[in-house]
This record gives sequence, structure tokens and C-alpha cells, in this order.
Amino acid sequence: MAVAVAAMAAALVRAIYFTPAERLQGLAQKIFYVHVPSAWVAFLAFGLTAIAGGVWLFIKDPRLDRFAESSAEVGVIFTTGVLVSGPLWGKPIWGAWWVWDARLTSTLFLWFLFLGYLVLRSAVDEREARARYSAVVGILGALLIPFIHLSVYLFRTQHPTPVVANTAGIQMPGVMVATLFLSLGAFTLLYIALVRQRMALAAERDALLDASTAES
Amino acid sequence: MTAPAPRRGAPTPPGLLAAAGLVARKDLAIEFRSRSAFLSALVLSLLSLVIFYFAWDPTAVAAVDVAPGILWVTFTFSGLLGLHRSFGVEQQERAMDALLVAPISREAIFLGKASANLAFVLGVQLVALPALALFYNLPLTTVLGPLAIVMLLSAIGLTCIGTLFAGITSNTRMAELLLPVLALPFFVPIVLPAAQLTAKLLAGRPLEESLGWLRILLAFDLVFLYACTIAFPFTLED
Repeated sequence: MAVAVAAMAAALVRAIYFTPAERLQGLAQKIFYVHVPSAWVAFLAFGLTAIAGGVWLFIKDPRLDRFAESSAEVGVIFTTGVLVSGPLWGKPIWGAWWVWDARLTSTLFLWFLFLGYLVLRSAVDEREARARYSAVVGILGALLIPFIHLSVYLFRTQHPTPVVANTAGIQMPGVMVATLFLSLGAFTLLYIALVRQRMALAAERDALLDASTAES
Repeated sequence: MTAPAPRRGAPTPPGLLAAAGLVARKDLAIEFRSRSAFLSALVLSLLSLVIFYFAWDPTAVAAVDVAPGILWVTFTFSGLLGLHRSFGVEQQERAMDALLVAPISREAIFLGKASANLAFVLGVQLVALPALALFYNLPLTTVLGPLAIVMLLSAIGLTCIGTLFAGITSNTRMAELLLPVLALPFFVPIVLPAAQLTAKLLAGRPLEESLGWLRILLAFDLVFLYACTIAFPFTLED
């Protein structure tokens, strides 16, 4: 946790003070170093939630279910971060807080999926059933996101094309790339740290429930 | 197909599709006798068509422009109403347990329930579509063939997702609320192409022009028909 916080601080300081502002977009572009890593972690969290659920269906290890639960909850935070930082940039650059672009829409639906997933979990008391249902919903959600992306992409698209992960190679000055990768690393560390904390909490909750049912 | 002659006293269990057919027949028989869900879904869709009419300014927006949206919102919500019932009826007297101990595969239960729901949704569409044409004065007869294809493909996707999630949510504390929350995001890749196709057709464009949308619908149906059928047994207790 401490390492993650330190890395986050370093990434933010570097993004704010030691990375030049972009010529056309000015200071608004700095949000890039929060927005892109948050998006990366959001999709990573959902992917791992789905995979953990899928593996759980076969080996039924309670730790996998606790991981899926924790990863989904942490993922919601990062998805919210993406959805908040995006409009903050969009307003000065696009002139609109929100547009129905493929990336924006898939992220919004990722958020809906996460929330539905967590609401479902909270609506089932029995541990085994909860893990079963949420695993199935998680896997189907992972299948859904590409479909949403594709259909909205055909519908209309406005998001800037990725400046790092595109076919023409990286199109950004080296100093910005370094800051971006530092941010990506820091956000990933923060994700790992938060999930670990949340998993420990879930394990204690389960142990407490087991103890109280054993007593009665 | 010649099945091996069953020994007396030990009938062979039906195959996947035959068993699915039996489950679907059972569900449709229950629905046909009570008609409660079908009638409520029907009334809901007619009501929503009427309410949309009053939220619409015919002098500003042409009927052909507003109709696709109304049509697909109506179908989505009236479909959800029937889907919830599909597993609701199994809750009474724990009828689901009887279905599970029957000598049929769980995939067959899913396919049967999904087909019954498909019939349900198509039935609602069969009444709601002419009502839309009537209320909004739309020239539907010229595009009926292509529109029927779009509606069938969409209904397949809606019922696959809806049946699986209805099965899951029927065992939770707030089933009626949870089903739309879970299922609606999954309806986006169906409703979006369907509404686009409907708009194109109503504007007098040929179906060949929007094959891309049709392909998305078809791909969604195939992927989720397969995925939901496989996933369903995992949602049941062993």
C-alpha cells in the first residue's frame, strides 16, 4: 500500500511539474496521465474479475471469488475516475461534457456492468450461489463489452485515436511517454494494493460469518 | 431418425431438442391458460406507444424518425415483463426442483425456456407492431419482410440474455428490480442495430444497405445463444 501511494505521488508530481504542457490543448492535456491509467486499470479489473469468476466455476476456491468481488469493487472506483476525468477534458477540448463515442459508451457500460455485478452480489446471501451467479454475469459481461464497442463504433465515433497503442507507433514526445508509463505503473500498483486490502477484509468477513454460524 | 427401441418400463429420455420442445410446451401451456403475463406485456406495450405519442411533437419530428426509438424501447420493456415470469412460475411449490430431477439435460431446460420466451416476445411484437403503424400512421406494409427478419433476430438475442438472467435473479432477494439492471446493458448491442435497421427501412432504404448492422445482430445472437446455453447449467445448484 505504501509503495503504491508513493508511486502515485511520484507520478502525479511528475505529470504536474516535470512534463511540458501540450501545445494545442494546454494544461487540459495533463488529465491524460490520470485518465488513461484509470481506463487501463478499469478494464484490467473487469477482465480479471471475469477470469477469476471463470476459473472459480471449475476449482471453486473461495479466494478466487473474494478476488473477483474485490477487483470489481476497486474497478468501479477507477471506472468512475475515467468517467469523471474524461468530461473534464472533453468540455474545453470538444466543447461538450459527454459525447456518444464508442470508447465513452463502452466505459459507461463497463460501469453499469460493474454496478449490476455488485448489486447482484449484495442480493444473494448464500456464498456458493453468490459466487456462481456473479461468475456467470462476469464472463458474459466480458463478452458484451466488445459488442458494445463495435456497435457504437459503427454508430459514431469522436474519441481521439490512441497516441500510444496504435499501428503507426508512439506519436508523442519521449518525456510525455515516460510520464504516462510511470502513471500506468503507479495506477496498477494502487489497484493491486487496494484489491489486497479489500480481499483481506472479505476473508475476515467470511471467517467471522463461519465462526458465528459454527457457534449457533 | 430411428431411435433404439426402448425396453419396457425403461423409456429412453428425450434428446436435447425434443426435451427443449417439451419444456417450451409446458411453459407455453401455463402461459396460455393464465394469459396474465402476456396480457400485461401487451397492455404495457400499447400504453407506452400511447404515452410516447403525447411526448412527441409531430410538427417538429416526422413519424418515421421517432418510430424506431419508440418501437424498440417498447419491445425491450415489455419483453422484460414476460421474461421475469418465466422462472417466477417455477418458484411456486419449488417446481424448479422437479424440472431439475427430470431426465433431461440442463441445456435443454434453458433452450426450452428460451424458446417459450421467444414465442412470448414475438407474440407481443405481433400485436404491438400493427398498433404502432396504426397510431403513428406508418407505411409498414412495404417493409414488412425485412422488418420481420430484424425483429426475429433481435428477439432471439433478447430472450437468450433475458432467460439466463431471469433464471439467476429469480433466486435473489429483489428479482424484479435486478433483472432490468443486469439485462439492459446487454440489450444495447441488440437495440442499437435494430433501431438503426428499422430507421433505414422506414426511410425506404433497402436492407442490403445496412448489412453491417444485420451482421452485428446475427453475431450477437450466435455468440450469446451459445454462451448462455453453456452458462445456464452453472447457475443451478448441483
